[in-house]
Formats: sequence, structure tokens, C-alpha cells
Amino acid sequence: MDVKNLLSTIQANKRLQAIIVGLYIVVTFASLYLAQKSVIAFLLLLASLLLLYFTSFSNRVKWLVGGLVLVVLLPLAASQGEAYQSYMEVATLVGIYIAMALGLNIVVGLAGLLDLGFVAFFALGSYTYGIFATSQANNFMPFGHYPLSGESFWVFIFIGCLVAALFGVLLGIPVLRVKGDYLAIVTLGFGEIIRIIFNNLDKPVNITNGAMGLASVKPPELFGIQFMYPSQFYYIVLIILIAVIFAVRRLEYSKIGRAWKAVRENEIAAQAMGIHLVRTKLMAFAVGASFSGMMGVVFAAKQTFVDPTSFTLVESITILVMVILGGMGSVPGVILGAAIVTILNLQVLTELTNWLNQLSLSGVIHVPDALSPAKMQRFIFGIILILFALYRPQGLLPAKNPVFDEKDLKDTDSNHPMNTGVHKGGTQHVHLDS
Amino acid sequence: MSILTVKNLTKQFGGLVANSNINMEVQQGSITAVIGPNGAGKTTFFNMVTGVYQPTSGEILLNNESIVGLKPHQVTKKGIARTFQNIRLFGAITVLENVMVGMHNHLQGGLFSTILNLPRVKKEEKEARREAYRLLEYVGLESFFNEEARNLPYGAQRKLEIARALATKPKVLLLDEPAAGMNPKETNELTKLIYNMREELDLTIILIEHDMKLVMEISEHIVVLDHGEKIAEGTPDEIRNNEKVIEAYLGKGAAATAS
Repeated sequence: MDVKNLLSTIQANKRLQAIIVGLYIVVTFASLYLAQKSVIAFLLLLASLLLLYFTSFSNRVKWLVGGLVLVVLLPLAASQGEAYQSYMEVATLVGIYIAMALGLNIVVGLAGLLDLGFVAFFALGSYTYGIFATSQANNFMPFGHYPLSGESFWVFIFIGCLVAALFGVLLGIPVLRVKGDYLAIVTLGFGEIIRIIFNNLDKPVNITNGAMGLASVKPPELFGIQFMYPSQFYYIVLIILIAVIFAVRRLEYSKIGRAWKAVRENEIAAQAMGIHLVRTKLMAFAVGASFSGMMGVVFAAKQTFVDPTSFTLVESITILVMVILGGMGSVPGVILGAAIVTILNLQVLTELTNWLNQLSLSGVIHVPDALSPAKMQRFIFGIILILFALYRPQGLLPAKNPVFDEKDLKDTDSNHPMNTGVHKGGTQHVHLDS
Repeated sequence: MSILTVKNLTKQFGGLVANSNINMEVQQGSITAVIGPNGAGKTTFFNMVTGVYQPTSGEILLNNESIVGLKPHQVTKKGIARTFQNIRLFGAITVLENVMVGMHNHLQGGLFSTILNLPRVKKEEKEARREAYRLLEYVGLESFFNEEARNLPYGAQRKLEIARALATKPKVLLLDEPAAGMNPKETNELTKLIYNMREELDLTIILIEHDMKLVMEISEHIVVLDHGEKIAEGTPDEIRNNEKVIEAYLGKGAAATAS
């Protein structure tokens, strides 16, 4: 019970929290700064954001400290050695996946529409930029000269967003006639169709270059600076991600978010409340897809290569796993879920494999290649999903409802301009994690 | 003046005639009860009025304007709200938010104004929260405002359905068995609430109810359905002594003894 006492003391004492979090950040920062090869130090520094999430500081403070860690400390600490770009690569991909998982969370978590083909929107964003930022567009565009310059990238973020949203609506119109399991099957089909179309659209007119993919996509350019390294893309992703988090947060507790949840909870009652069912669902599809579209553009520019194999069903499932693991409908949960799954995939499993390889090379133990952790990704996801379905169906950080302040609701207190609104139990704990 | 007029309303599900040639007029500001044995077609009737089902034939006029063919959300916009026999709350969100969902059509906030968190959206949301709280106070649920709706006791859930329906600012309120599962004390409170709503909120109320004490106490007009057909209508006193009604409820023998 001592642990419990300790926890409650910490919970009650903000100064103590500040010391702990500060100390933690300093220590992990220093260890990453000094021990460049330590993946663990990198992960621990990232975990400071999780710690920050559980403190009882105001939202503003959390955002500021979280921003400091992400904008300054993390890149600075990682930049001292050869592994810099690979750390930033991981951080960038985590950011991309978080944005996508947040998009899927709107569709699945808030509106309750199971979408198994979500990666299609990511693919649409990638190809939108990929086609016009390579010479590919010359094959079918009657006017203009391609590739477009790297400066067009910034416009393409919005174009990718719009294209994905448009396809979200186009997909939604026929698909929303079906519900539940049927919807899942139809969206799964849609995801595969998009991938196969991209795979085969090299004849009669060569639009996507088929299975060969689009190579040497133009890197983004701003004021003459080319963005080529993950450490640069990291900041692009960070900015988009923060915008996405703000958007999701605001929508979640708005009229639109309530309509999504109402549709999820009970369609008939939602309609009886005057909610336009189709429009509400389409909006969920469009908004969710648009995040993916934006990140698709960034992904294409970062990889400088786009081909259909990046957009398979497994990708869709992985994003869904992030949402379920983190907690459906919970923004902090989904952020955490996406971070864990991505890091597990990209770093932990690869590191484990490397380590085991070294061990078997030095002859300590012999692990057959078939059992290498990097190949067990799906197996591990399967186990995670089963365990969560059994023991924690609401996810790591379950969704929270807003907690309203009674004083604010009573008319008599309306002359207190200081009471500015709800204390949202959920929003107090906004945290960044990328 | 009649606010809701139903003419020759018929609904068939395949060979089953759920409602057959129903005619009725509901007076503005009245409390009308629709009664009848189980399976008489009462809820089907409600579902047609609210646009959940489309009638096979017949007319439904709200203020002399046809509402047949409208989708449920459009009917709600026209000013008809309802509660459900099998409670259909939004279980996982808070009581206050449930009521706020009812205000959907009275809030202007769009996608972009919400994302940008414009001052007018903030103001509107704040007003909406207050209004929702007032409605909760009105039905006596203000102490539950932060609870998840599914955790409310049964009687409170029924009241929340009413508060949520009121939030749509209806002219006509349809209550589908509002007193089902309530104990006598709760039923008494509900009776008062229904009566007050009519008086204070300028509502026309139509209710389906099996609790005859409640029905006889507050309704001015009663329509009796049996096997999808209207078998009687009139004041509570007329209905109480109507042979066809007694027969429908208790069987032929009972009607003979009563007369």
C-alpha cells in the first residue's frame, strides 16, 4: 500500500510533479545526448510526454513542456551521433501514423463505422503528390511541365487533404447503406480496389506507373532549402500533427462530435433528434480521410518513392490496431496506441532481431531465422488484440466524457466572466506524443 | 384548431396490416392518448408520424402541410419530437450531452468554425449547455448531469428521453409508453410533468400508455386501436363505457357482463 500512498502524495503535490517530470526529462535527455546508440534512452525521453500527460498541470503548461521536448530537446539530444537520422525517421513515422490513427478514430471511435480500408486514403494522398512531383504526369497531362517544383509540396498538403476527403465522401455514398460487419467488408474491398487500381493504372494511359512505382519524387522546398532528411520532415509532420490534434479535440466536444457519438450510440434516436444520418457519417469519413491524405503527401515526399506495396490491407489493420489498443474514441489513447505500435514495429522488434543475430553470430544461442522478432509482427499484434479484447476492451487510455462545471451551467452565475466553460476531463490531458 | 391530422393512414408489412385506415385529428394544445392492447399498431402509428416508416397509403398533415415522405430528421425539424418505448438514449455520453444532441438543429456551428473555435461557436456552445441544464432541471434530473446516460435508474432514463425530445423545441411531442416500468410515485410525478409541459411549453402531446389511471387522468381525447384499426375515440368517460373497448381489452364475455 506504500506505493498507493506515494502516488496519492504525488498527485496532490504539483511542485513534486514538476520536480519529477523535470528531473525525468533532464536525465533521459542527458542519457540520450551522451549514449547515442541507446534506443532505450530515446524511448524513455519520448515517454516523458506520457508522464506529462498524467500530471495535473493545466493544458497550457502541458502543451508548452510537450512542445519544448518535441521541438527542441528530442532533436537536440538525438543529433549528437550517427543514429540521428534513424531516430528522426522513427519519430517522423510515428507522427504520420498518429495522424492517420486519429483520422481512423473519428470514423471508428466516434462515429462507430468500422473501416478496414483506411489506408486507401493514405495511398490517394501519396499518389496525388507522387504523380505530379515526378515526370509521371507528363504522360497524361495535356498542359504544364512536370515534375512540379518542390515548393508546390506545401499546396499539395491541402490538395491531398481535399482529394482524400472527396474520396471519403464518394466511398461513403454507396457504402453507408450497409451497416456493421457488412460495412467492414465493403470498406475492406474499397481499400484493396484502390491499391489494385494504382497497381494497374499503367495502361492504357500510364498514370501511376503500375507496380514499378514512382521514383525520385521531388523533395519539398522552402526559401531555397530542400527538405531531404528525416530530421527536416520531422518538423513538417510535427506541425501538421499539432494542427490535427487541435482539430480533433475541438470537433470531439462540438455539435459535430456529439452528432457522431449519437449516431454511434443509436441511429434511430439520433435521427429523431434531427441529425441528418448520411451527412453526419459522410463528414466523419471525409474528415478522417483528410488527415490520412495530408500525411500521404508527406510520406511520398519523405520516401521519394511511391509504390502500391506500401498500402496493403496489413497497413489498414495496423492503423486499426493502434486505435483499438489505445482506446476507441480517446484522442490521448489513440496517440499512445499509434506511438507504441509504430515504435514496436520499427524499433523494438528490429533491435531485438539485431541483438539475437549478434548472439547467434557469436555462438551463444541459435535462433532460427523463422522465429526472428521482426517477422512476428502480426503474431504479436494478434496476441495484443486478443489480450485487450479480453482484459481491457476500452483500451490503454479509455475515452472520457467531458466533465461539466455546475457553476457554469447555472444562470445565476452568468455574471462571472471568469467561468469560461467546461472543465473537460478529457481535454485537460491533451498530450503530444510523436 | 387541429395541429395534426391523419387521414386514411394504412401500413402493411407484407400481408400484415399493422394500421388500417386510421383517421384522427389532434387539437392544438391537447393531450391525446392512443391506447389499445399489445400489437394493436400504436407504435407503428407513431413511427409513421415521425417518418421512421413510410405509410402504405394515407395522409399525415402537420398544420395542414403533409409530412408524408419526410425523413425522421426532417420531421423533427418540422416540430415533432418523440420518445421511445424501448429506451434509446445515447448511453456512453453524459446526460447533459444527451440533451445537447437534441439541440442539433438549433446550433449553427459548422466544420470550419468549430475547428477554428470561433467566438460565436464558443458562445453558442455555452448557451447550449445552459439551456440543456435548464431542461434537466425542468424534468428533475439536474443532479445527474455529468453521469453517463446508461448509468441512470430506469425512471430517470425515461425522463431524460423527454428532456432530450424537448431540446428539439417541438410543437408536438409523442410519448411512447412514458410510464412503462415506473412505480406509482414516479408515475405520479410523470403525470404532473406531462400536464405542466402542456401548460408551460405550449405543446401538443400525444401519448401511448398502458397505465389507465394516468391516461384517464390527463388526456382530453383518447383514440383506441385494436388489430390496426381505430375502434373508438372520445373523452375518457366515453371510452371507459365503450363496449368495443371493453371487448378489445377483456374479451366478449366481459363486454356482455359490463352492459
